Amino acid sequence: MSSRRSGGRVYNGLWRLLEGIGLKNARTRWESQPPWLQRAVPPLVIAAIVIGVAWASGVTPDSGAIGLLVICYALYLLPRRIRRYAIPGTILALAILYPLLIQQTNYQRFLFTVPVFNSFPTIDTMVLIAVFAMMAVGLNMVVGYAGLLDLGYVAFYALGAYTAAWLASPHAEPIGGNFVLGGVGIPEGVGGIHVSIWIVLLAAAIVTAFGGIVIGLPTLRLRGDYLAIVTLGFGEIVAEVARNGDKETLGFDLTGGPPGINPIDPPGFGVWLSTHLGLPANFLEKSGTYINFTSLFYWSALGLLLITIFCSIRLRDSRLGRAWIAIREDEVAAAAMGIPLMRTKTWAYASGAFFGGVAGAWYGSFKQGVFPDDFYFGISVFILSMVILGGMGNVWGVVAGAAFLTYLNFEGLANISQWFNTHVLPCNAISQDPGKVVSGGCVNAPLVSTGIYGAIIVGVMLLRPEGIIPERRRQLEFETGVHDEPLMDVRHAAEE
Amino acid sequence: MSTQAHAEAVAPRRRTKRPLSTYVVPGIGLTLVALVVAWLLVNLFKDWSTFLQLTFTGLTRGSLYALVALGYTLVYGILELINFAHGDVFMIGGMIAATFAIQVFDLGSNPSLSTLIPVVLVALAAAMIGCAVLNATIERVAYKPLRGAPRLVPLITAIGVSFIIENVAFVWKGPRPVSLPPNTLPTSAVFTIGTCPNCATYRWDQFFVIAVTVPVLLGLVYLVRYTRRGKAMRATAQDKDAAAMMGIDVNRTISFTFLVAGALAGAAGVIFAFYETTIQYNTGFTLGLIAFTAAVLGGIGNLAGAVLGGLLIGFIQDYNEGLSWHAPGSAWTNSIVFGILILILVFRPQGLLGEQTPEGS
Repeated sequence: MSSRRSGGRVYNGLWRLLEGIGLKNARTRWESQPPWLQRAVPPLVIAAIVIGVAWASGVTPDSGAIGLLVICYALYLLPRRIRRYAIPGTILALAILYPLLIQQTNYQRFLFTVPVFNSFPTIDTMVLIAVFAMMAVGLNMVVGYAGLLDLGYVAFYALGAYTAAWLASPHAEPIGGNFVLGGVGIPEGVGGIHVSIWIVLLAAAIVTAFGGIVIGLPTLRLRGDYLAIVTLGFGEIVAEVARNGDKETLGFDLTGGPPGINPIDPPGFGVWLSTHLGLPANFLEKSGTYINFTSLFYWSALGLLLITIFCSIRLRDSRLGRAWIAIREDEVAAAAMGIPLMRTKTWAYASGAFFGGVAGAWYGSFKQGVFPDDFYFGISVFILSMVILGGMGNVWGVVAGAAFLTYLNFEGLANISQWFNTHVLPCNAISQDPGKVVSGGCVNAPLVSTGIYGAIIVGVMLLRPEGIIPERRRQLEFETGVHDEPLMDVRHAAEE
Repeated sequence: MSTQAHAEAVAPRRRTKRPLSTYVVPGIGLTLVALVVAWLLVNLFKDWSTFLQLTFTGLTRGSLYALVALGYTLVYGILELINFAHGDVFMIGGMIAATFAIQVFDLGSNPSLSTLIPVVLVALAAAMIGCAVLNATIERVAYKPLRGAPRLVPLITAIGVSFIIENVAFVWKGPRPVSLPPNTLPTSAVFTIGTCPNCATYRWDQFFVIAVTVPVLLGLVYLVRYTRRGKAMRATAQDKDAAAMMGIDVNRTISFTFLVAGALAGAAGVIFAFYETTIQYNTGFTLGLIAFTAAVLGGIGNLAGAVLGGLLIGFIQDYNEGLSWHAPGSAWTNSIVFGILILILVFRPQGLLGEQTPEGS
């Protein structure tokens, strides 16, 4: 049934071809087979063709690639009821095992080189993927659920990172702030405030959520596009304060100015938990083959990401989340139904900012410092394009979009342009100027990464505005349109 | 008409006692304005020559902002779309001008007037035509298919387009600023007030900016006020459906508006390139945002408002960067401009000259 519907012209042509070579009634006979067989066979046929072609062209398939395909096929065969849980479960299991696979001394043992994209991302990139996915899920609450375009999300990211820097670094030493609460990895004789990273994460989240409210309150009554510009302005202001927040420009040392604040304390569970529960006391001190500080960072970031996703889904289904979606779909109707617009929108801002703050703090402790040049408008657009690419409103889509774009940004583009330079248009790498996009016949794609995000945004908006993995409800909105022109009186209705 | 009728209906209710809170917001706003005026006055009395000098540069910068802001306002007036890519179209205009000045005509420093004027005119024509076509192409490719989509969709698309153009310029001109030879425009004084060193000079390059801006502005006013095309633009801005019923080709009018806005951006780009003598691939982003702030300050959709807003922002920026008494300085320019944007949207969303809009109320 479904095969006929989704078949289309290629499928029909295939049947005609089979009947043409003498298989009478091939189609009706095929469709009378039991459904599981109908489902199981086509991928095998395709795989056989692909492997045959690969074998004929002298490529020996990797054991890792075949393993991955077998896993995919097994998931595909499972009944839908089980598949719903099995697919996320498998992805999660692979994500957890990933450091063990990638840090093998013999890379080819479990993993394989993908054509064009080359090797799998390193763990450093995976940490960044988790951090940016957290931010994208946070932004998705504002943009995807509540339908408020926020172009200054980098402000929350910066605020989170700077909170981590204020609470877990020697920054406060010159003004006499000496305070230790579970901080680890403090060098001898260094003062300053050193709070345990887990408390810092919570503090950063709360500070940032408060920042979201402060930014939101004066601006949320504006209509969508004005709101976007104002948030952009706030993002720029925060970035400028970060850049100018040193003694010379501001009068007191708030953000350390252009060099930023470093070092930020490494994360860790402290001595007590280390001796009693066996948790790592200080991430930076671990240097095993598999369990080293990068993989510890990765696993904790993965844990934080899972918490973020969980909260995001629970929030979406809560009363508040349904109010967000109602506002997104029709502000006037939502107000008429008794949803307090301002309060609901402010909550959207605060919750989105909350997770941005967590991500920012984690990023700060991963980089062991905050640097004002990390916070610019391009980051906001980068995160926004993750949300748009993945599918506004759909958490899984957003996470997938974040993973893909972060990978592209930190490794993928370099790999792709390297592949392009060796396979498509071979060039002389020695005459390549690293500052130029095209030099000596070589392409250096990472330099134009923002343009590529721009192209992705435009392409998605024109061709598939609901994103790659759309949320069904959002898709319908894009197809049938919504009332998104708030009336003049709505504000008064909301205030009374 | 409708606003008047509304006012009559509301008038009797106004007589009832207004709560105190209705005075708070205008009160804060007026206090802020008063503080700024006081700050300016103190500075004027402390060092009048610097103040006057900054007024001249501010006027120059402001008229440049006004040209760019007009592009935002034109497009917003007709499509209710913040054309994010406008600042980058402006930058492309500057790049075209720089290409003509450096590569095509090979202008040296201190060129004579007889060599300079043809170069400027050719660059102006090329940049205006190029940017007009570019802007209309953007509209055709990226915005037109999204006419019926939710409001935020074209805005997001515009951001994407902005990034694409920026990177196109990056590929074209490289990461470093493109510099024209120093003193491309004569920097000698038109007139000087006071005796130096306690003096303020108005320079020829500043005059050049005004000399290009004013005719372009007058041309625009003529176009919008007195031509059939301008009438069609105004009608489309008011009500697209009604305009279509009156036989106006709405799509063509929108395309024409983008052409005009692009030409303005191109002219502004030429002025910028010749006046500042340096332009970079990302110049358009910041300048575009500042110009957008100017458009909002004056009242978006309002042509005179855009000019007023542009001039005001130009003055504010130069006073901030140059005055000696308690000026935050150039490190805070963006914060001040965006602060103004936020304050304006909070206290007077319709802008200085704007009409009541849904976000105004």
